[in-house]
Amino acid sequence: MKSVLPILTVLFALVLIWYGAAIGLNAQWTRDQAARAGVEVSFSDILSDTLSQARPKLPAPHQVAVELYQSTWDEEVNGRRGIVATGTLSNRSLIYHGWVTLSATMLGFAFGTGLGILLAVGIVHSKAMDMSFMPWAIASQTVPILAIAPMVIVVLASIGIKGLIPKAIIAAYLSFFPVLVGMVKGFRAPDTMQLDLLKTYNASRFGTFWRLRLPSSVPYLFASLKVGIAAALVGTIVGELPAGASAGLGARLLSGSYYGQTIQIWAALLAAAALAAGLVVIVGVIERIVLGRMGMRS
Amino acid sequence: MKDMSSPPVIEAKGIGLIFQTDDGPVEALKDISLAIGRGEFVSFIGPSGCGKTTFLRAIAALEHPTSGTLTVNGMSPEEARRSRAYGYVFQAAGLYPWRTIAGNVQLPLEIMGFSRAERAERVRKVLDLVDLGGFGKKFPWQLSGGMQQRASIARALAFDADILLMDEPFGALDEIVRDRLNEELLKLWNETGKTIGFVTHSIPEAVYLSTKIVVMSPRPGRIADVIESPLPRERPLDIRDSPEFLEIAHRVREGLRAGHAYD
Amino acid sequence: MIGAWGALGFWVLATLANVWLAKRFSHNRLVQLFIPALFGVTLLVLWEGIVRGLNVSPVILPPPSMIGARIASSLPMLWTDFNQTILKGALSGYLMGCGAAVAVAVAVDRSPFLQRGLLPVGNFVAALPIVGIAPILVMWFGFDWQSKAAVVVVMVFFPVLVNMVAGLKATDALQRDQMATWSASYWQGLVKLRLPAAMPFLFNGLKIATTLALIGAIVAEFFGSPTRGMGFRISTAVGQLDLPLVWAEIAVAALAGSAFYGLVALIEKGVTFWHPSQRGRA
Repeated sequence: MKSVLPILTVLFALVLIWYGAAIGLNAQWTRDQAARAGVEVSFSDILSDTLSQARPKLPAPHQVAVELYQSTWDEEVNGRRGIVATGTLSNRSLIYHGWVTLSATMLGFAFGTGLGILLAVGIVHSKAMDMSFMPWAIASQTVPILAIAPMVIVVLASIGIKGLIPKAIIAAYLSFFPVLVGMVKGFRAPDTMQLDLLKTYNASRFGTFWRLRLPSSVPYLFASLKVGIAAALVGTIVGELPAGASAGLGARLLSGSYYGQTIQIWAALLAAAALAAGLVVIVGVIERIVLGRMGMRS
Repeated sequence: MKDMSSPPVIEAKGIGLIFQTDDGPVEALKDISLAIGRGEFVSFIGPSGCGKTTFLRAIAALEHPTSGTLTVNGMSPEEARRSRAYGYVFQAAGLYPWRTIAGNVQLPLEIMGFSRAERAERVRKVLDLVDLGGFGKKFPWQLSGGMQQRASIARALAFDADILLMDEPFGALDEIVRDRLNEELLKLWNETGKTIGFVTHSIPEAVYLSTKIVVMSPRPGRIADVIESPLPRERPLDIRDSPEFLEIAHRVREGLRAGHAYD
Repeated sequence: MIGAWGALGFWVLATLANVWLAKRFSHNRLVQLFIPALFGVTLLVLWEGIVRGLNVSPVILPPPSMIGARIASSLPMLWTDFNQTILKGALSGYLMGCGAAVAVAVAVDRSPFLQRGLLPVGNFVAALPIVGIAPILVMWFGFDWQSKAAVVVVMVFFPVLVNMVAGLKATDALQRDQMATWSASYWQGLVKLRLPAAMPFLFNGLKIATTLALIGAIVAEFFGSPTRGMGFRISTAVGQLDLPLVWAEIAVAALAGSAFYGLVALIEKGVTFWHPSQRGRA
């Protein structure tokens, strides 16, 4: 816990830089407005104006914080369309959009992870599969798969598949490869001595897998789950970018950029960051519990 | 051969060293007083935790005693380090894998600002000294463990310090390689006349190599016995079967046992 | 239908061949290359056969032969897009971002306090969906490649920073003690010991960053670009349901990604030849 102070220092420095940048980037607009109106602006005027513009180039942290509050708690509890008033989530709240993104992410992540683990089991037990498939699986990680996500969305939409599924497919695809590569490594983690020991017990292939390979792979599983879930979330958000998607954090980003609502973009961005952080933290907590139970905590 | 008239090279008076750990203070060294003369080969032997490595590190200014005085060549260890008074050989060879053997040996020379020609000359000389003449262009990972440790000794010799401090340099090697390196180290010591401080936990090694054996005991680390070896300077390997040798070894063992009886 | 059955037959035969080869000759280098190659060809044949055999509309999935023909016929356009997106956007951003990350890592190197703070924050940011800042940067830097390079800079910065900071900390106590016994200065220790020792870590980050750079450059074009560039072409071609062109761009992106990664891996091999992970391979 001795890194709390350094982390806080770095975060504080980041916020300071953010404020500095906001003043610097937004000052031009303030000066232009003043010149047009023919008035002199003092430094304190610039300071107060740059931090409270409606459509700043870079919104100040407190503006984003206010927007975050308004589009979550305020919208749902006090808003006309909020969950308190109507019983359903408001389509203007980040909670709603975050939920849309989260559900597609989780669906895709579950499929991608399951498929990755199954295939890893096959690869560890079949030399032909290993030699045919692994070079491609590794090479595919160097390919910017994410960039074609919007195309997948549009093509699937053209044959009538819309909504959650296309985004989940992208998320599944993106989480599949890290999990596959990580699990192949994990199933192969036992060394020759451990494998030979089980051979002297005349253990079956299944026995070896169940008692040695599977437990040894658990640390690798969690390492790749963390990468996989972050990748799945990025995939879902990019999948929400093509015009036509009306819900999800990606759609909020796009509509914000379309209407020049910078504060909205930053709020959506921070919501996405919080979601990513939350997911990774949850996986991390489960990891600690499971590894602790298995006596593998480092 | 020992020159009794000149002042000691290393002199410790009432050294104490206390580490502050999470479990409270640990007394690593207590009341260590010792003088090492020029050209001596001094071994420090004792069970783990007896402070032998800590004392060697204190001589090298890698640890700082909390009480007592310690001088190296009449200076503080810190000053002695800056005047490059000693070469240090660690338990592991610690060669840089991205440098050739010759590149590793000349690393301290680069740091100390020797000229290019001087560096090449010295590297050639010390590599010959440790019998690695033809291996300058090899990389460390292409050599056996024994050869790597020889290279690390060459590196410690390269800048020609008067004092050589060695912390279990052969601890990780097998017995056969160890015997050979012991023999070579004695030869090297004879040729160069350096003062050597040598940490080990092998009794035969300590007796075979040393002119003076310092037996230490743990908790707190202190000196249990100091044995001046009557063995001649020329020592063939089979001296280890002589009665004198066995007698010294016995005394070392007694000293170690006495230290343990304290617990 | 015949095409589809033929493709399935080829698939079965090729799989049997691979199983046999893997059993008999798994240590032959040529076979090690041949097996994945045959697997790749099999996928293409299966794809071609099924699409043609079942008369799948090219609007949904064009056969590989059609994509190949499209690549051949639009080489100049593909080159323009490659130049715009990869060379101008991704590469310049990659160089700037990685350079800045290394510089910052070295700059905070003297302060363990800052490192302890930067490492978790950097690790955290590296896991965030950073592509999301693309619309903002497009607003700031305009439609041309500069905004793409800016997105790439931000995307590659943190993974490289985190790896470099970790790499500079990677030396052990013995090596630092050694430097102390030689009375080496801070800079001597940095240049002679810690920078070389950090190289394997740095290249880990640099390799991850190649893929991120391409993703950043292409995705940023979805938020606005001049009328060229791979991301622009993909989004407009999708709109016109010109799927062969989309796949052609994807093929170029895949090739560029692998080549970029391969290039960095090659440099890595030259720089970190001494690292255990590189030594085995001649």
